[in-house]
This record gives sequence, C-alpha cells and structure tokens, in this order.
Amino acid sequence: MQKLEYPAVGETLYRETLPNGLRLSVAIKPGYKRCYAFFAAQYGGADRRFQVNGEFLDTPMGVAHYLEHKMFDMPEGDNALHVLASNGAQPNAYTASGLTAYHFESTENFYENLRMLLRFVSTPWFTEESVAKEQGIIGQEIRMTEDDPDHVVYDELMRCLYRRHPIRDSIVGTVESISHITPETLYHCHRIFYQPGNMALAVVGDVDPETVRAIATELLPAHSGETPLRDYGKRERPLPDRIRYMRRMEVSAPQFMLGAKLEPAPSGTALLRQKLLCDVALTCLFGLSSPFYSRLYAQGLLNTDFYADADYAAGTATILAGGESRDPEAVLEAFTAELGRAAAEGFEPGYFSRTLKAGYGARVRALNAFGGLAASLADADFGGYNLMDSFPMLSALTGEEVQRFIRDNLAGAERYALSVVRPVTGAAEEAGRGDA
Amino acid sequence: MLERTELFPGVFFNALQTDKFKSDCLSVSLLTALDRDTISKNALLPRVLARGSARYPDMDAVNAACDELYGARVIPVVRKVGEMVTLGFYAGFLADRFTPDGSALLESVAALVGELLLHPASEGGALRADYVESEKEKLIEDIRGRVNDKRAYSAFRLIEQMFCYEAYGCDDMGTEGSVSEVDAQGLTAYYRSLLAASPVEIFYCGAADSARAAAAVRNALAELPRGELNWELGTDIRMNTVEARPRFFEETMEVGQGKLCLGFRLGDSMEDPDFAALRVFNALYGGTVTSKLFLNVREKLSLCYYASSALDRFKGALFVFSGIEAGNLELARGEILSQLRDVAEGRFTESELNSARKAVAGDLRSAADSPGALEHYYLAQTLLGLDYGPEEFAGMCEAVTAPQVAKIAAGAALDAVYFLHGETEDPEDWEDFDDAEA
Repeated sequence: MQKLEYPAVGETLYRETLPNGLRLSVAIKPGYKRCYAFFAAQYGGADRRFQVNGEFLDTPMGVAHYLEHKMFDMPEGDNALHVLASNGAQPNAYTASGLTAYHFESTENFYENLRMLLRFVSTPWFTEESVAKEQGIIGQEIRMTEDDPDHVVYDELMRCLYRRHPIRDSIVGTVESISHITPETLYHCHRIFYQPGNMALAVVGDVDPETVRAIATELLPAHSGETPLRDYGKRERPLPDRIRYMRRMEVSAPQFMLGAKLEPAPSGTALLRQKLLCDVALTCLFGLSSPFYSRLYAQGLLNTDFYADADYAAGTATILAGGESRDPEAVLEAFTAELGRAAAEGFEPGYFSRTLKAGYGARVRALNAFGGLAASLADADFGGYNLMDSFPMLSALTGEEVQRFIRDNLAGAERYALSVVRPVTGAAEEAGRGDA
Repeated sequence: MLERTELFPGVFFNALQTDKFKSDCLSVSLLTALDRDTISKNALLPRVLARGSARYPDMDAVNAACDELYGARVIPVVRKVGEMVTLGFYAGFLADRFTPDGSALLESVAALVGELLLHPASEGGALRADYVESEKEKLIEDIRGRVNDKRAYSAFRLIEQMFCYEAYGCDDMGTEGSVSEVDAQGLTAYYRSLLAASPVEIFYCGAADSARAAAAVRNALAELPRGELNWELGTDIRMNTVEARPRFFEETMEVGQGKLCLGFRLGDSMEDPDFAALRVFNALYGGTVTSKLFLNVREKLSLCYYASSALDRFKGALFVFSGIEAGNLELARGEILSQLRDVAEGRFTESELNSARKAVAGDLRSAADSPGALEHYYLAQTLLGLDYGPEEFAGMCEAVTAPQVAKIAAGAALDAVYFLHGETEDPEDWEDFDDAEA
C-alpha cells in the first residue's frame, strides 16, 4: 500500500486500489483504543434505473434503503448486526441518495469484526418471508420521516430544484413503493452495485494496514463484474423546476430550507477544489462567524440552528441552507442579496484570511472524529482525490478566487428555491379570516 | 490520569494530559440546583454572556476573536444533570502543535472564556437589555420548538408529567412564562449571586501539562467573586411510584406515527446504587441492538422502527421510548412490559448478558478517545462523587452478573405512560389500559 505522511496535521495514511477494484484507505491513529471501519457502495436512493444484462431495469423508490436493512440477514440464520454487537462492536448503516454505508466501531476484536462486516455486506441472502417482514419496520421508519419537518423540507426542496433526476424522490420510499420490493429486486441490485469496483473501505484506528488489506483481499470477490450503468434521466437545466413549496405541519415556527443546483466538477483534484471553494464561500458568506449570520440573528430572523452547506450525491451538487425563521422569505432575500454583494465586492482581506484560518483549525480538529474521517476518506476515494490535499489547497485559496466562484456559480436570485413547513396553528389568522 | 486541584474556594480544576488529540478542550461549569423558579435564568445566562463582553462587545467581535484562534469554538452550555444544573462554557480548540504559525492557544482561549464569563457587555451596571430580550425570544422559540421533533417531544412530555411533583420534571429551558418574567435587572442580580455562590467544575483535556493549564485558568478566573458557597446540591430519589397504579397521559396531534413512552422508578436499586449493574441492565433491556426491546419489539414483532430504553442514574429512573402504529398500542405496551418481566425473572441468556457487558465496556473505553466524551464522563462522575475513570468502570461492567441485572429489573416499577397519537385514533384502546398492569 502507498504510505503517505502528513506531519503538519499529524496523520499517516495508507491508500491502494486493490486488483479487484476496491478502493482502500487506512488512517493510522496511534494510542487510540477504538477502531472504525466504513464500507460503502456507490448506490443510493437515486439509483433507481440501471442496466442489468444489457437491459434497463426500473426499480421502486426505497430499494437501496430496503436492501441496507436486509443485508444484515445471514444465510446461516444469524443477523450480522447482532453478531457484531455481541462481539463488542457498535455497528450501524445508512442509505443516502448516492451511497449505502455499513460501519462499526469497536475497542476489541477489530479484525474479527472487520471480517464479519466484509462478509455480510458481500453475502446476499433474501427470502420472500424475510423481505415481507421488513415492511412493518420500514413502514414505521417512513411514518417517522413523514412526521419529521426536517425531512419534509429537504425532500420537497429537492423536488422543487430537480425536474427529473431521481434525487428528488424520497430515499426510504413510500409505504406503497416498498410493497413492490421482492427478493429478486434485492438480488439484482446487490449484484450490480455491491461489487468491489463500486465500493470503498476506509479504516481509522491503531491498526496494521497490511492486515486490513489481507482481510479485504481474502473475503471480497477477486474480480468485479459489469460496471454499473445508471440512468438519471435527461440533463437538468441549471434553474429550479419550481421555486416554492409550502405545507403546514405540527411545528412551532416555520422550518425552511433554501437551495440551488450547482454543476458538479467531474472528479479528481478539480472536484476537491470545487468542494473547498464552495465550503469557504459558504463559510465566509453564511457561517456562524459571518456578518450575515450575526445580523439576521440579532434581527431575530435566524437562530443557532442555521446552516449552509453543499451536498454532492449521485452526480448532482446542491447548495442547501436552512433552519427555523419567522420569515423564511426575508431570509432568502437577504441570502441572495449577500451573494450578489460578495460577487460584486468580494471580501475584506482581514476577514477572508481570518475565516480561512478558522476553517483550517476546524478541518484539523475534525480529524479527531473517526466516523466523519472514515466517511470523508471513502468519499475522497470515490471522488478520485486525496482528502489530505485539502490542507495545502485550502491555505492557498485567495479571496479573488472565492469571489469569482461565487459570481459564476452561486450568485443570482433566480437559482434559488425555497421550501417551508409552517405551523398548523395560526393558519386561519394568517389567512385573515377567523372563521376558516 | 485525572488530576484534581482546588484553585479557589469551591473552584475545582480537573486536568487530563494527553497528546492523542488534535484538539484541546476546556470547560467551565457553575453548579446550581434544578428548580422551576430559576431554570430559565440559568438557561438564559450563558446565551446572554456569549453575545458579548466588555472587550468583545458583540457577536462579530467574539467571532473574530475565535476565528483568530484558528476557529476555537466557545459554546454556551446548560445541562440538566439529575436535579442539578451545570452552566457555563465549553471550548474546543486546535492543539498547539498543529497551529501552522506555532502559536499557543490555551492561554488565549482560557482568557476568552474568563472574559465572557466574568466581564459581560453591560449598560448602567446591568447586562445589556437588548441581548437579554433577544435571547429570551430565542429561548421561547426553542421551548415552542420542542414539538418539532416528536421523538424528543414525547420523551419531554413523559418526564414533565411523570415528575410533576419533583424538580426533575422541568427540563433545561423552563416554560414560556418563566422566560417572559426575566428582565435584565433581575438576570444581572441572579448572575452576580450565582457567580459568588456556585461551586465550579473546570475540565481540561489536552497536551499541556496540568501546571500550565492550571495557571492559564487561574489567571483567567482571577476575578471570579467567591462568597458563601451553596453546597446544597443533589438529587432527591423517590423510591415508589406516585400512585398505586401507573398514571396515563395522552396527547393528540396531527402525526402519522404514535409515540409510546413509559417511565419507571428503580426503587430499592437506588438505596446503594450499583452503577455498573444499572448500566449493564439498561444495555440488556433496551440500550443496544442486541437488547430485549430491539430484538423482540422491533425485530421479532416488527412493531416499530425504534424501541429503546434509557436510564438516569442520578434520578433512579428508567424510560422506554418507542414509535409505533397507534393501533398497536396494547401489543407494544404488553411486549415492553413482558420483556422487563423476563429480565427480572432471569429469562435471558449468558450470551445476551455478555453482549450487554461488551457494549457498555466498549462504549466506556471509546469515551477515552474523545475530549468531549471525557469531559462529559468526568463531570458526571464528579457530581456523583465517584472517582474511577472509564477504563476502570468498563472493567466493573464486565464483571456484572445475571442476578445483579435481574434484581434491577425486578425493582423497576411502572409509574407513568405517555402516548402521543394522531387525531383519528380510537380512544377506546385506552380504556382497559389500567387493568392490564396490576
């Protein structure tokens, strides 16, 4: 494996793409008791239509997530979640729009647990009965997300922004869509997407990288099969499909999310660079230290829940900002005005360098968090760049570059859509009729 | 290991030296009693203090100072711990050896924390009224916002009603009413008395040796007033249920999924609590994915997406939280109680017990790998008067036996049930509820 040392940030990294295509990264953490493993497939809620044996197959909403639940069933009748937990690990899994990840943390028996992780994720075992049984559990999970305003504003914002890309559909699906899932669907999806060439393994801890490599080589298939060919539909236009969504739920105050589409850089250093530019731009403009945030906070338009971020998934990139506000429209207006101002005027040099300094500190500190680091390493492997390049690249960014990035990619009120969940109570008064 | 010294009367400095982490942490916590009359003032204070100080008069100035310290984060914190409240600041900042220009941050961060805590932005000798009013507004938004997360809201409502006769029934924010009553003058007077009377716990974890860290904190807090200290802090533990039969509370709302929450008193187990056994019991019953609740209520019966338990070792209370189809109320409630009975009667395997021990021990050992988790761990230990570290506690948990676990389950008595459900559910489900539990 390739050994890379980063003394300035105190990290040692090993990386290799194995002959079977698996992208492997190991970050060594001397003196730590816990070890963390993150095993992920580039397959998520948005991967609905893809080629199998030369023909395109359409799958229902929610399959990737359903598959994640069912992967834990083992042919010998065990459940991998329980086996891992019984062996002292804390296992879990999640499904995003373009990714399914299985991970665990343990302070003992790490290699044994790693074997179990790799084995269960590469061993499909689905029966009519077990697939049917999961409908109850996932049905409740769907209900839970439907009652969760954060989920609702996000899902609906994506529906506003994207006209056809399946990222607009709910990752967990609906009670109706998951009723169409059969063992055969799950087997197809597993075969296409859970092959080493479409996966990454990232390990963080005081471990021996060669042992990790040997275990991965031993347990995973020697070759990858056909490369997954996905169909996300026709290319999206840069502007939102719709610009507003509103509904009422049992919430105390309006919950909102605003966003815009961004044309993602293809991969490699260009992608990392775009991610960093985006991050620095959003931090300078809307971070918790920004004049924008302190002004709107003091005006009572924003509270500490506010965030602004970029999300890259399934061939899309999306700017997202949200939180709670009594007046989301006013927040959107101030948000786009601030983008316009920065596009025209840029940043005061002292402010820019201070923000960069803070960003550097935050990124180094983030290397403490095993889960976050492992996920970022896998993400970097999928994106074809080296996560550690972000430190020198970040320090070299200039205010002019960031200003240009904002002008070319973020500014412009017409790019933005707004999704809001308003309180049920007060609806009648707002409408101006007490008898509604 | 942890070094503990008293810097000033009632001001305890706890230091854990390690160069394992990229970041150091420093927290300063004033200790006071949980009380419905003062909780909103406690909740407001750190938020108001974080708005600005004499030297850094507004958020922009505070943020600029933090950013210059490589993005140090100084976060106002209020925590409910049993029937105590800890309030103050938690600072996380880059370890000195990773600052590109080699600058040392510890002294500056400690000074910033001291500045925010002791020298607030003020006008006419009082806390700035505009900051107080603005933070009141936000705290009220947060109080109203409890309802936005139905899972947390249902837990809050169970606790509020189950402990309506005890201080424990209030959370770390208070009510809209108790926030509205606060004004800048009153909050200033409260702030002064709290500064003088509160014991203070300080926690530092990082690469600096304890002498250097202690000196930094001593300088930063040199002007902390010390008066007569209030040591009347602790948690009243009620051994019995409030009424002979469990109390029932329900609420309707426009929701698709019902939330069923149960609250138990741990009874005699709290006479001379065995903290290791309490922790292993909770893991076995509902704290992990190998627990009785997860395996039976979720996996076997597919009744829910989540069903888990939580145990408060300060208060001697056990909680079960679940999200279910409202029509399955009886089934879920019955299964939750029957699983507890199984534990009480020793109907669990050595392998289940072993998984629980391992989960708890692993959890404790990995706490040693995070500055934030260590801070949390040691503050709780201090408040309970315990001095063992996570490694030792992990060892104690690994030695817990089946009878110890069963005994805790046997002592648990259901005191209150809370059910949140949609408007359309048939309330008759509710009728035979109290006959079921004898």
